[in-house]
Amino acid sequence: MKVSLDWLQQYVDLDASPSELADALTMAGLEVESVMDPYQHLETVVVGRIIGTRPHPNADKLFCCEVDIGSKTVQVICGAPNAEAGMNAPCALPGAVLASGMRVEKSEIRGQLSEGMLCSQAELALGDDASGLMQISAEHAPGVPLARALGLSDTVFEIGLTPNRPDCLSHIGVAREISALRAKPLKIPDIPPADGPEKIAEHTSVTIEDPDLCPRYAAELVFNISVGPSPAWLQQRLRAVGLKPINNIVDITNYVMMETGQPLHAFDFDRLEQHRIVVRTPGTENTFTTLDGKSRELDAQTLLICDGKKPVAIAGVMGGQNSEIMETTTQVLIESACFDPVSIRKTAKRLGISTDASFRFERGVDPEGTVYAMNRAAGLMAELTGGTRINGVIDEHPRPAPQKTISVSCQRANRHLGTRLGRDDMAAYLESVAFSVALPEADQLAVTPPSFRVDVDRPEDIMEEIARLWGYNRIPTTFPRLTAQAEPPAQMVERKEQIRDLMAGFGFYETINYAFTAAQAADRLELAPGDPRRNAENLLNPLSEEQALMRTTLMPGLLETARKNISRQEKDLKLFELGKAFYKTKHHELPHEVEMLAAVWTGVRKPGAWHTPAEPCDFYDIKGAFESLLLGMGLEKFTCSQMPETGCSYTRPGRTAQVRLGDTYLGLIGEIKASVLKQFGIRQPVFVFEAHLEALISCLPETPEFTPIPKFPAMARDITLIVENRIEAGEILNSVRGTETGLIEDVYLFDVYSGEPIPAGRKSLSIRVVYRSHTHTLEDSQVNELHRQITDSLLAAFDAELPA
Amino acid sequence: MSKPIEQIREEALAELSQAGDADAIRALSVKYLGRKGEVTGFLRNISELPKDQRPAAGKRANEVKKELDSAFNEALERLSGQTGQDSEAIDVSLPGRPAPLGTLHPITRITRLISRVFARMGFGIAEGPEVESDYYNFEALNIPKNHPARDMQDTFYVSDNVVLRTHTSPIQVRYMESHDPPIRIIAPGKVYRCDSDLTHTPMFHQVEGLLVDENVSFGDLKGVLTAFVHQVFDTQTRLRFRPSFFPFTEPSAEVDIQCVICRGSGCKVCSHTGWLEVLGCGMVHPAVFENVGYDTNRYSGFAFGMGVERIAMLKYGINDIRMFFENDIRFLRQF
Repeated sequence: MKVSLDWLQQYVDLDASPSELADALTMAGLEVESVMDPYQHLETVVVGRIIGTRPHPNADKLFCCEVDIGSKTVQVICGAPNAEAGMNAPCALPGAVLASGMRVEKSEIRGQLSEGMLCSQAELALGDDASGLMQISAEHAPGVPLARALGLSDTVFEIGLTPNRPDCLSHIGVAREISALRAKPLKIPDIPPADGPEKIAEHTSVTIEDPDLCPRYAAELVFNISVGPSPAWLQQRLRAVGLKPINNIVDITNYVMMETGQPLHAFDFDRLEQHRIVVRTPGTENTFTTLDGKSRELDAQTLLICDGKKPVAIAGVMGGQNSEIMETTTQVLIESACFDPVSIRKTAKRLGISTDASFRFERGVDPEGTVYAMNRAAGLMAELTGGTRINGVIDEHPRPAPQKTISVSCQRANRHLGTRLGRDDMAAYLESVAFSVALPEADQLAVTPPSFRVDVDRPEDIMEEIARLWGYNRIPTTFPRLTAQAEPPAQMVERKEQIRDLMAGFGFYETINYAFTAAQAADRLELAPGDPRRNAENLLNPLSEEQALMRTTLMPGLLETARKNISRQEKDLKLFELGKAFYKTKHHELPHEVEMLAAVWTGVRKPGAWHTPAEPCDFYDIKGAFESLLLGMGLEKFTCSQMPETGCSYTRPGRTAQVRLGDTYLGLIGEIKASVLKQFGIRQPVFVFEAHLEALISCLPETPEFTPIPKFPAMARDITLIVENRIEAGEILNSVRGTETGLIEDVYLFDVYSGEPIPAGRKSLSIRVVYRSHTHTLEDSQVNELHRQITDSLLAAFDAELPA
Repeated sequence: MSKPIEQIREEALAELSQAGDADAIRALSVKYLGRKGEVTGFLRNISELPKDQRPAAGKRANEVKKELDSAFNEALERLSGQTGQDSEAIDVSLPGRPAPLGTLHPITRITRLISRVFARMGFGIAEGPEVESDYYNFEALNIPKNHPARDMQDTFYVSDNVVLRTHTSPIQVRYMESHDPPIRIIAPGKVYRCDSDLTHTPMFHQVEGLLVDENVSFGDLKGVLTAFVHQVFDTQTRLRFRPSFFPFTEPSAEVDIQCVICRGSGCKVCSHTGWLEVLGCGMVHPAVFENVGYDTNRYSGFAFGMGVERIAMLKYGINDIRMFFENDIRFLRQF
């Protein structure tokens, strides 16, 4: 909402600087977002007097004008047909920036020096006339700044109004705030009484067929008007607040809207069939052409303003072409109405238009301001267009707004705000913004808000009003009473933080990718048709195709991030993300949200250095990271095994592990398939892991359990087995772990070898078994016997041999 | 019985004085003190001595064993010490073998910073769904359908009744539905708005806060947020509370802090106002309490919300919000 201080001055004395006023309004809840000078572009435009003109020697249509600009005389090249010696015209000096954004410079035009520019009204955004130079009265001396000569000086505030304050969508509304804040009287224009000889009811009538959607409709007639441009002062005010002048009748309705907040519409009375107004929803009409020339579809809920036969406006949104004011219009019906905010909002949304009128109706106009605004417009029309007001108004008011009185306890208000205000002070603040206050009994305020404060309903609203006028910053700062019992953070929250710390500790960089993904992401990952990850929630209004649905896996985001970094020559990447995936569900309104962790590793294992050459990372690097993460979280007994072929579509078959704890699937580790990498535009191997955090976290021990440090020594024995390549080391290790002796403390693999002298198709695996008893020192002989039994059973179970 | 223990001792010490390198010393150690060594042998055979000599001989043999052991060790240490001192120095300026180093995303870091400050004031952490019903995102927060307040947030819709949450405020409602006062929580998380330009990303992060108890006042809200700002920025940072409007709080306020870049004198970051808007807050609207079944006569409370990106940008001097989601490794490495 733009507010002109020059205009505001009409209603309240502005006794402070613009910046002080802006600050006061901001601190009262009307945030002044910017302060503008609407005539800043006139800063270097002065009154110039043309002393003489001569034809341009090298151009037929140009003149060389000698222009007196006060301090000196300069030559200005000009093509305007009305340029002649003796006239005063605006002269923009070098450095001036015109309305079009063009910068005036000292330059040569076809060999002739031009030291400025003589301007038309349009070029200075002071009017629409572009036909020739703007004529300035001869009384102004050359060199006087144009703005001063024309009396143009103003400051405009752009106020970011919150939706609860439609009363301030008007100059009088803002002036009322200033009058309260600065303790100055508010001056509202008087309306001259209509004294025409005729009575309105003889000419027209208003019928409201749907009073729920139109609680009030008032009309007034002005005859004998002549349509033409508005006077300069009115045009300037409209321009200052960002409206384009159209003609005097339309301009007056806009002016009064900006003054009072009440949207008005002027109909060409002669074009209203049967000279009457009917407010109704559509009958057989399907479309209607609004005055912007667009054909609008109507639905059953669209409230229409009609004449005796047809629609003439979409109520509260936009008028129709068929009844708009034309140059030939002589009789005007002024509409001033109240419409149901929800109905107007629905229609405006459905049609995709927001007008100054619909914006105000959606938020709520003053139900008691209807007639005042209409009278004000009629008065201006009579004054400025030579019209005659028809005596009387029509005011159909089937649903008057009930007056509300709100009881507030002063004690409660003080307790709620943390203030110690007296009852009289509270009443005074409220009265300063037109609330009426009665003091029925001790401690109570009975408050009746003014009709234009449609936002005030509850005692808390009254408290806010008191607080904002007293000043939020004067409320003493206190601290709430805190009970000793604090909320413990949820286990999930803590665990996620632990995971992030561990991952960063392992050298991974945390990323946050958008939770949106492209519809094609599922195809890029080659997901099978029935894969649950194809079951994504679609956005009805996505910003782009690439962000059309909610992700079901973190993989596409991470791969895309990897691609972007690789394209910037950052080819060695260890990235992770912790976030949600979303699955559409059949039986619930909301999708199933799953916390996921995913990591990618590509490029080198470690940066190359003087002590270690850079080596490419591989499957076992990312696997090691995942294993360390699980161990770091306190999980030990997980297993990794070959993922079945159908298990993961985007990783290389045979190079993908599933990680489980017993029957619980925790996640997968793998290398991205070449075809998938190609889809993502990546040309280097990428290793990944993905974990389901809910499953993982549910498996975690709440607190680590202490095992006593062993008192007796451990004994280690090694076995080297030669087995077929297809045998997985994990199976062998698990087999040893599963031996029920109670004496095996640890089993691990320390060497894998294939090649000479091992026969082709076989490999040698070296395993160390650590034996320990918690009750005594083991004897060599006992361990040797146990180890022999284990070796024998492995040889049998895995068709293995011992090395020669 | 073989050699007397004193003789073994002297021979051992004599041989040690001749030993030139570590290997020779280790060999001596084996020769005298090893499993088949002479001292060990002496001790093993001590039972061959007359009974009355045994204790003294045993004691002496153990003393000799200790003495030789330390003599051998000292000789070894001397030898290695000499090589340490005399042999060539290493280039200590060569880079060490680095331990892996990753970073947390700046949003994670700032969310943690915020959470910690409130944890010290006794606030717990709650979370909630990111895809939310219209009811929790709007209606329960006193934002009915077709209310202009819906224009304050550009909403992504999944269906007529399901949206991507536009703020973390629905967590307030869900939490109050399942807990009785007193309540003190913050709720960090992702939020979504249908808006993308130089200063907006369609996804960003907020931290919501809620405190409900008996006799909570607007002054208390000021106290908690002042303490928060002083801990996140510094105790010299001034705050101002400005009336504003949120449908779910009444009174509502915006909190501006003195510009942390120019200290209030006016700069580009604060649009020459000297102030930065960092928080929205207010006293919980009675309609919200009614929706969760709280007794509005007994309880009052306040809620607040802030953008994590906004605070991260101020703390780290980041001037483009889109950087957070570009995940450029050269950006991530800096945190």
